[in-house]
Amino acid sequence: MQKLLLLGDEAIAQGAIDGGMSGCYAYPGTPSTEIMEYVQHSKEAAEKYLHRQWSANEKTATESAIGMSYAGKRAMVCMKHVGVNVAADAFVNAAVTGVNGGLVILAADDPSMHSSQNEQDSRFYGDFSLIPILEPATQQEAYDMAYSAFELSEKLNAPVLLRITTRLAHSRSGVERKTSQPELKGALPKDPRQFILLPSIARENYKKLLEMQPVMENASDESDFNRYEEGIDKKLGIVACGIAYNYVMENYPNGCPYDVVKVSQYPLPRKKIEKLKANCDELLILEEGQPLFERLIRGFFDEGKPIHGRLNGALPRDGELNPELVAHALGIEIEEGKPIPEMLAGRPPALCPGCSHRDVYNALAVALEPYGDGRVFSDIGCYTLGALAPFNAINSCVDMGASITMAIGAADAGLVPAVSMIGDSTFIHSGMTGLLDAVIKDSPIVVIISDNSTTGMTGGQKSHAEGRLFDIVKGLGVPEAHIRAMNPLKKHHETNVQIMKEELEHKGISVIIPQRECIQTAARKNRAKHKAKKK
Amino acid sequence: MKIDIILAGVGGQGILTIAAAIGTAAVNKGLYLKQAEVHGMSQRGGDVQSNLRISDKPIHSDLIAKGGADMILSVEPMESLRYLPFLKKGGYLITSTKPFINIPNYPELEYLMKEIKAMDHHVAIDADQIAKDEVGSARASNIVMLGAASPFLKMEMSELEDALKELFGRKGEEVVEMNIKALRAGRKMAEK
Repeated sequence: MQKLLLLGDEAIAQGAIDGGMSGCYAYPGTPSTEIMEYVQHSKEAAEKYLHRQWSANEKTATESAIGMSYAGKRAMVCMKHVGVNVAADAFVNAAVTGVNGGLVILAADDPSMHSSQNEQDSRFYGDFSLIPILEPATQQEAYDMAYSAFELSEKLNAPVLLRITTRLAHSRSGVERKTSQPELKGALPKDPRQFILLPSIARENYKKLLEMQPVMENASDESDFNRYEEGIDKKLGIVACGIAYNYVMENYPNGCPYDVVKVSQYPLPRKKIEKLKANCDELLILEEGQPLFERLIRGFFDEGKPIHGRLNGALPRDGELNPELVAHALGIEIEEGKPIPEMLAGRPPALCPGCSHRDVYNALAVALEPYGDGRVFSDIGCYTLGALAPFNAINSCVDMGASITMAIGAADAGLVPAVSMIGDSTFIHSGMTGLLDAVIKDSPIVVIISDNSTTGMTGGQKSHAEGRLFDIVKGLGVPEAHIRAMNPLKKHHETNVQIMKEELEHKGISVIIPQRECIQTAARKNRAKHKAKKK
Repeated sequence: MKIDIILAGVGGQGILTIAAAIGTAAVNKGLYLKQAEVHGMSQRGGDVQSNLRISDKPIHSDLIAKGGADMILSVEPMESLRYLPFLKKGGYLITSTKPFINIPNYPELEYLMKEIKAMDHHVAIDADQIAKDEVGSARASNIVMLGAASPFLKMEMSELEDALKELFGRKGEEVVEMNIKALRAGRKMAEK
């Protein structure tokens, strides 16, 4: 069949479409964003009327996917690793409800933190939720897994965690498609109480989930995604998880001399790991992420055969793997090129010239002068770049929505006035509930919702806030006199400083909404308009 | 046949278009390909790179190992030097000499050029100027750089031109021709 050149993310999207998915749910987040974007641009998805709209956040997305599974259709929900924290309540409990239509939860991890605030390994979630995990090594496997994961989920009565990392998500390669599966027709769960997690029912469901564990382990041992490859040299046995397998093979162009267990489906394939242990003198565990399974294989007392990995220093404890780190762990020397000349300057990302956040920060700097530094709580988005020179404008960035709630806490501690800096899309994602807290206490904080009418950092996806911010803020109970509009342009600088000064003086909750569309999103829309006209 | 290329530049300079052109030509030839890109936060005016790997045998790693690249192809002089540890002994450094200055501490161009010229195999051309002279727009400078790299790509010019036709076809005949002209101009400069 036809071969496509696809990013790992795109391969997953195409695989899910071909695997009979009826709905894709997601909130944008690097490196997972391109999955939903691919579904949204797919002609087939449009012809089938598959659900493919963004959700307000990862939790609402996951719950909607669980709802679609309840109704007997196949659903996939996609998020970045920190999004899994937001969705965790739904995620963990979906393991206890089990599924009706197949349910796939896609987590895209970002080891080395290319675009993230931590490098947590989502496999932990799959592990303690007791559900199967798939971790593709190649774009083809990413496709194949997304294609077959719904069926696996239905067979094992559990959501399936499909876990990838940045490198695979954003790397392109040839992918061969399979025959497209029809969607499920939809039917209520056979047991009408399956999804009611009252303690009495949940206890029963949980026992069933525990009983499924040996079945899941057996599925891993028999899975085509896991392989035992014999080598000629038994000094070392390698467990290579996900894309770590590629780095092993890269170092042995003529074939690996050691036994290798390629692991792409969990729970760990017990029989294969036991065979490796029996056959080889020492073990090397390669995981793209945290040493989750190294810890398991090593055990607390670590009294078995010598085991090498991230925990004994054979590999670094943090960051993503790469061919040379794996070469080093294998004792292979690599001849590097010339060093980087010392004079080279770093080129950090920056707010675009003409970006509205710039005008907001410029005004805020002046308005805050009388109060002193250290009181601006920021959030996740382009405006986080306000942390860098020349602005040096913010003092925190922790998680989605934390700008408002941290400001509340700081004000409770006496840091008054405290300022929140949050974008429109992040406000919808996780800011609204925090603002309600502030309204109820009438916290002396100034919340700036810097509205660029897009989800900017991830490439300009639609923001649910569009046209709704004033109504939402008013509806949450912020007094109208303290909901202030602002036009973030240089020529309005003086006015904007004045607005901010007035609200900083107010001893209660204020919301300022500077609104101007992201220049990148506006340019993209213009280009699209231009193109449409030409046709 | 196997070639590993590191493409370098600043976000928005069009290195992914170069990657797409080489990639399309490679796939049309029935070669294997892996191409790792940078998306997200690192794009906003920051340095970007892409690892492009082409081979007639299956490729394992999405990343090129240090000391493993046959070529660094850069659309900006300082960025061309950022990936030197990845360049193989005897590998090619091919770069535009036109600096993209969006930071206050950009080094003296003269020093950068000294480092570039110290490389055994290098091609350094002002792609912006060539693009302006030949096709009247600096926008095609990335394709000029593709042309400059073309003698070392183990591909026919016609294969690259077909790839450009495929990539830009939707944008009309004019855009295709402009890019093919830019490609040829880059090639001519490299052969000088």
